[in-house]
Amino acid sequence: MRMSRIVRTAADILYPAILIFGLYVVAHGHLTPGGGFQGGAVIATGGALVIVAYSYKEVTGWLTKNVLMGQEVVGLFGFIGVGLLALAFGQVFFFNFLAGSGSLFGIPVPYGINPGELNTAGVLPLMNFAVGIEVWGGLTIVILYLLSGLEKEGC
Amino acid sequence: MKKMFVIVASLLILAAFFGVMAMTLTFGSPKVTDMDDYFLRHGQEQTGSNNECTAVVFDFRGFDTLGESTVLFCAIIGVSLMFRKIQGGEEHEDE
Repeated sequence: MRMSRIVRTAADILYPAILIFGLYVVAHGHLTPGGGFQGGAVIATGGALVIVAYSYKEVTGWLTKNVLMGQEVVGLFGFIGVGLLALAFGQVFFFNFLAGSGSLFGIPVPYGINPGELNTAGVLPLMNFAVGIEVWGGLTIVILYLLSGLEKEGC
Repeated sequence: MKKMFVIVASLLILAAFFGVMAMTLTFGSPKVTDMDDYFLRHGQEQTGSNNECTAVVFDFRGFDTLGESTVLFCAIIGVSLMFRKIQGGEEHEDE
């Protein structure tokens, strides 16, 4: 069930833009409204757009369920792994050991209004990325399953 | 008749409950604010995150987000299990 050339071209142009915007929302989760869940949902809408514009069989050629399921697993275990990484530094589970340490994501932040540096917040960006990858894979695989009836229509 | 009585009584109890809630609690000025104040005053310095929501959700309440991710994972596993079964059945019919 393929839509017209106009819709397909628009989907081709919009898909990278949606991907970039979703990754921006994920990466700036500790500075602006948004975060892992919201950014992952934005990227999943891009997947839905491509699935609707092209036929189900064409899309599943490169948007495979195994890769999406792998993304989900990597996201969840990355999230738990970042939490467990604090144990290696002698802290408790889920401790924010990178915040204010001066290394990666470790610039100290003063109390009050400040312009906002991307290189702050310790393990929060890492957790945001893990959750974003998980929600990306998870919601896209749900959309793929729900729209898998399209191939049975025969058009 | 009995049903009507039960419905009216439950509605009255609900109205009284919400009336008491509206009378005693004031909007915008909670009585116990220790935890809110702590999050707002120290969240930025302790977590380094300008976004207070992210600081609470991913740092102060990290276990909650862990549970959320696990629930999402389990839900998607359930969906894929269900649809895989339906597709398998259809493939069996085609053969």
